[in-house]
Amino acid sequence: MFRNQYDSDVTVWSPQGRLHQVEYAMEAVKLGTATVGLKNKETAVLVALCKPTSELSATQRKIIPIDDHLGISIAGLTADARVLSRYLRSECLNYKHSYDSTYPVSRLITNLGNKMQTTTQRYDRRPYGVGLLVAGYDERGPHIYQVTPSATFFNCKANSIGSRSQSARTYLEKKLNEFLDCSNDDIICHGIQAIRSTLPTDEHQSKENAGQFNITVAIVGKNQPFKILTDEEVKIYLEMAKQKGIPPNQPKDDDDDDHPSPPEEPAAGPRDPEVLVATEQRP
Amino acid sequence: MLNNYNSLAQPLWQNGPAPGEFYKFTGGQMPVQQLPRELTTVGPYGTKHSTAAITTGSSVLGIRYDEGVMLAADTLVSYGSLARYQNIERVFKINKNILLGGSGDFADIQSIKRNIDQKMIEDQCCDDNIEMKPKSLASWMTRVLYNRRSRMNPLYIDVVVGGVDNEGTPYLANVDLRGRSHEDYVVATGFARHLAIPLVREKKPKDRDFTVVEAAELIRTCMEVLYYRDTRNISQYTVGVCSLNGCGVEGPFQVNENWTFAETIKGY
Repeated sequence: MFRNQYDSDVTVWSPQGRLHQVEYAMEAVKLGTATVGLKNKETAVLVALCKPTSELSATQRKIIPIDDHLGISIAGLTADARVLSRYLRSECLNYKHSYDSTYPVSRLITNLGNKMQTTTQRYDRRPYGVGLLVAGYDERGPHIYQVTPSATFFNCKANSIGSRSQSARTYLEKKLNEFLDCSNDDIICHGIQAIRSTLPTDEHQSKENAGQFNITVAIVGKNQPFKILTDEEVKIYLEMAKQKGIPPNQPKDDDDDDHPSPPEEPAAGPRDPEVLVATEQRP
Repeated sequence: MLNNYNSLAQPLWQNGPAPGEFYKFTGGQMPVQQLPRELTTVGPYGTKHSTAAITTGSSVLGIRYDEGVMLAADTLVSYGSLARYQNIERVFKINKNILLGGSGDFADIQSIKRNIDQKMIEDQCCDDNIEMKPKSLASWMTRVLYNRRSRMNPLYIDVVVGGVDNEGTPYLANVDLRGRSHEDYVVATGFARHLAIPLVREKKPKDRDFTVVEAAELIRTCMEVLYYRDTRNISQYTVGVCSLNGCGVEGPFQVNENWTFAETIKGY
């Protein structure tokens, strides 16, 4: 299946100046379930939606701890994410061994970006098919980074990746100004509400389907080592988020940037990636 | 290539991996980083590692006070017992958080200092306003020095690392040529370890840290005692001061010499 004659290899440019293989890898991120990252003044939070691949299996792990000050949540190919997390872990461990301190987040992400970039420039490699949200805390405060398969990375105030993540981004953009002064509880609730808005409309309303989705929350900040909250703790926050407000239920057909009204189940069959932009463009 | 009878033999296996190894394809894992040649390769006549310091700096004294640290060392670099270079600073400002005082083989000090300076440049190249902290540098020094001693090729140095972190917490530590390190409110190398540390400890209040005035006064008296008692000292010294208010090396200062007591001493 070729969309055109210029996507046979990562190293082949199209005449429009695009690398189609890299753009296809970006599409892999949108197949994974959504995940949200956001921060206040002293804490960064990751919230991820887990969905079992089949009724018989357990959910995939969406949030991976890297070090005491850092963790990632993933959307896309889990196996690729494992490779990346192994790299991040060994980098952090080496740094700790040499310097007796934690790896500054910005430098770690820069190095990760450099590592990922090589795969977009060699004929014998393929780009990593996974998007990352990195939550970390260092001497410069809390950080949320987004890393894409094209090896670009963004330092974000808040962001969301994965399927239907546009609705979460809409929520985050709307509430962006509140985040900095939020308490830790509030910022987690905002994360949960943002991730709720990525659920298909019928699923977050009907009770029996709600069990299929599993929300994972992780937190890292000042005097708070990276921690994935237990199910009990998450339940408390889910209740708290419910009380704080009903998740916004906007129509999300028109302003979806990912792809016009995505099918409910991406696994419904092989789907042509729809590439709309040549390169990363941020609003 | 004396006594190297294998030098005439042809290589067993060309254009391929060594027996027992795999072909190296492009990509995959990066090859294991090659160690510098001089650390691994034996020369044709064997290899001689240095076994003693040649041009030496004597003591360094460091004192931690409530909001920073002070490091002092005289400006002499000796060649054996010869006072060969009399105007060389041995206390260095590494960055705005760190001071380094070096004693022992001065060539090795210069060498490690070049490495550290390069690391600071790399820090700056990241352009993220993150600078190394004294604790990190001390940890890195132990790794480097222990690594060198494990190769039977130590750097003959004994250093004092001091400074403050972002919160202004002072840090003072000593790292020696085997990679040992310890942290304290007073650390010293060379003869100062015997002559200066007791003087400082005697003055330490139990319930609080030194103040900057007390620390400066102690440095002054200790450098004077060292000048009188240690034959490898001269009267000129520099003092590095590092706190949140700034970091830099001051001086050179002159020991306030007073030899009037000398004529009363008899029996030598």
